[in-house]
Amino acid sequence: MSKIVLSVEAVSKQYRLGQTGTGMLMHDVNRWVHRIRGKEDPYKKLSVVNDRTKVSDSKYVWAIRDISFDVSQGEVLAIIGKNGSGKSTLLKILSRITSPTEGVVKMRGRLGSLLEVGTGMHPELTGKENIFLNGAILGMTKTEISRKFDDIVDFSGCARYIDTPVKRYSSGMIVRMGFAVAAFLEPEILIIDEVLAVGDAEFQLKAIDKMKQVAETEGRTVLFVSHNMTAVQSLCTRGILLNNGALTYTGSAEDCVKEYGDANYHEVRESAVAVRPDVIKTGRIEVSDFWFENREGERKFIFMSGDSIQMKLNYKSSLDELPFLSVSFALHDANGSPLAELWNFSVEGAEKVYPPSGTITCSINSLPLNAGRYYINITIRHRNQMDYLLKHAAYFDVLQSDFYGQGFMPNPKFGQFLLEQNWSTT
Amino acid sequence: MTNKEKDWDLVIEPVSSSMQALRISQIWKYRDLISLFVHRDFVAVYKQTILGPIWFFLQPILTTIIFTVVFGTAAKLSTDGLPKPVFYMSGIVLWNYFSEVLLKSSETFIAYRYIFAKVYFPRLVVPISIVFSNMLKLGVQLILFFAVYLYYCITTDLIEPTWHLLLIPLLIVPIALMGMGCGLLVAALTVKFRDLKFMVNFAVDLLKYVSPIIFPLSMIDGTLQTLILLNPMSAIIETFRVLCFGQGEFEWIYLASSLGMTFVLLAVGLFYFAKAEKTFIDTV
Repeated sequence: MSKIVLSVEAVSKQYRLGQTGTGMLMHDVNRWVHRIRGKEDPYKKLSVVNDRTKVSDSKYVWAIRDISFDVSQGEVLAIIGKNGSGKSTLLKILSRITSPTEGVVKMRGRLGSLLEVGTGMHPELTGKENIFLNGAILGMTKTEISRKFDDIVDFSGCARYIDTPVKRYSSGMIVRMGFAVAAFLEPEILIIDEVLAVGDAEFQLKAIDKMKQVAETEGRTVLFVSHNMTAVQSLCTRGILLNNGALTYTGSAEDCVKEYGDANYHEVRESAVAVRPDVIKTGRIEVSDFWFENREGERKFIFMSGDSIQMKLNYKSSLDELPFLSVSFALHDANGSPLAELWNFSVEGAEKVYPPSGTITCSINSLPLNAGRYYINITIRHRNQMDYLLKHAAYFDVLQSDFYGQGFMPNPKFGQFLLEQNWSTT
Repeated sequence: MTNKEKDWDLVIEPVSSSMQALRISQIWKYRDLISLFVHRDFVAVYKQTILGPIWFFLQPILTTIIFTVVFGTAAKLSTDGLPKPVFYMSGIVLWNYFSEVLLKSSETFIAYRYIFAKVYFPRLVVPISIVFSNMLKLGVQLILFFAVYLYYCITTDLIEPTWHLLLIPLLIVPIALMGMGCGLLVAALTVKFRDLKFMVNFAVDLLKYVSPIIFPLSMIDGTLQTLILLNPMSAIIETFRVLCFGQGEFEWIYLASSLGMTFVLLAVGLFYFAKAEKTFIDTV
């Protein structure tokens, strides 16, 4: 087995909740009194597990508790978990932004962390000056940056603007430039946090390719934190899953993603549709819930290509009966391009009369979609009048599986649909 | 598998369990970042201003004029027989350097919190870059000062330049260290207690009037003089005047105690800064 380059041993981090103010001075004094008497910090005992949905009396909370894992050289480790599970805290400790409350982290080699792109760029300075400044902030020397300068400019695609102050750049250009600098950072261990969520689709693909190259051909160790399960699956070799600050699963990236999908993540999304502020509605028809289920009737938000998916919608109306009720689920990709419309009229016709409340289900037997993230817009019309419109009502992730049964899958770059097809030679 | 403690390059531990010294070698590795920060401060600050770098001159000139009118002509304070403009300007230029290094480096954690929240580099890089970028500014202002100085050398016989002038750079070092030492201490404390920020602004402003800037030390004697000498800047300003004009109160003991205080301040500042830098991001 290859060398362990990063070892995390029983790391915990405690935070104090609520406002920072006068009470804190008292706590500090109390803590200090305990320390000079040789006793343990009295507030360490008070903390509770970090579950933000439950109200607790304790003002201290463990953002992460007792996390241990090792990373070997050349491994690409995914750190996944829902929002607030402690991923960012863990990253902050690994990248030395804050210290752990307990535990030890040991590492070999230079560590570069990329929690944000373009950190410290100054709007008044030119692109060139900012490449140097940003590179130096990330830990590169001037000679190192000069050597890679042309590659960085080339990768960012901002060659024309290199002597223009960054304040004249579009936000996309700043992101590109930031990523380009980071991409040429050459630490032995690289930590990346969701940076891929920025930039346009073309640039995201470029970024993923670059990261693959870093991990595969250059044999460097990468820790990758993301909500993008497709990226995790295609990039990572191993994964760890965090939940409420504890490490709940370690395994291959695929298993970890599945485990994550099975975890009760949907609790967060369930109520989402009902409380969304951006909904447009008349009030005649209310939607209380919208979700996805698998064949077994379990709520899911991650599917494999070829899985069966059921989209379910709970509604309630002030009218007694609903004839001519048009329900449409429009499928979009991550860039907002429309892919397909699932429409009840197209299958059931217009004559069906719907009850005043109930659950509408639209099933797809074999999901003909390649890996990616897909969004649903919900539109409901009654007698040709728009009653409810919610864009980006929900999304699901599709992971690659062996859809055609031959062990080969078309590249999602070239299209998202998986069509039934026959090939022959004459 | 070799897991011996020794071959780890970096070990991250809780704050309380170890007091990692500020590793100078670490900072040396980041010297390019220091020079880029200095460059940025110098270039970016005056962009899109009409007067641009003229501001470096304008501030000490205007202050000198006001001081000459108010303290020199109206209040008729002694200037040890020296021409008023050079007398006041010498104090103002040095004091400005001290106070700017102190105030700017005391804001390190707050001004850089967005960067510090995302990237690690030795936090001390920031106050060090403040010392150097203000030193450039001081250099520019000293050129102005010596222009005025030269004018009085030529037009009057009140000033006789000597080889002592060559010692001036040596005097800049303790000012830088003193400003940084105080700044680091305040920075560490403001992480938790923001009130201090207002207090320090106010205190530095008041301290200016109990240093020999608007009056020569020779004007005051007894306990009051000892009190004023407790401000470590006093001895340095007086020494500067001795080097430039051959006029002023100079005693080795004054300078030595000032240097002593500088090193104590710097050590205390570094200690608390190193302690605060590890977790300040949780509170800021």
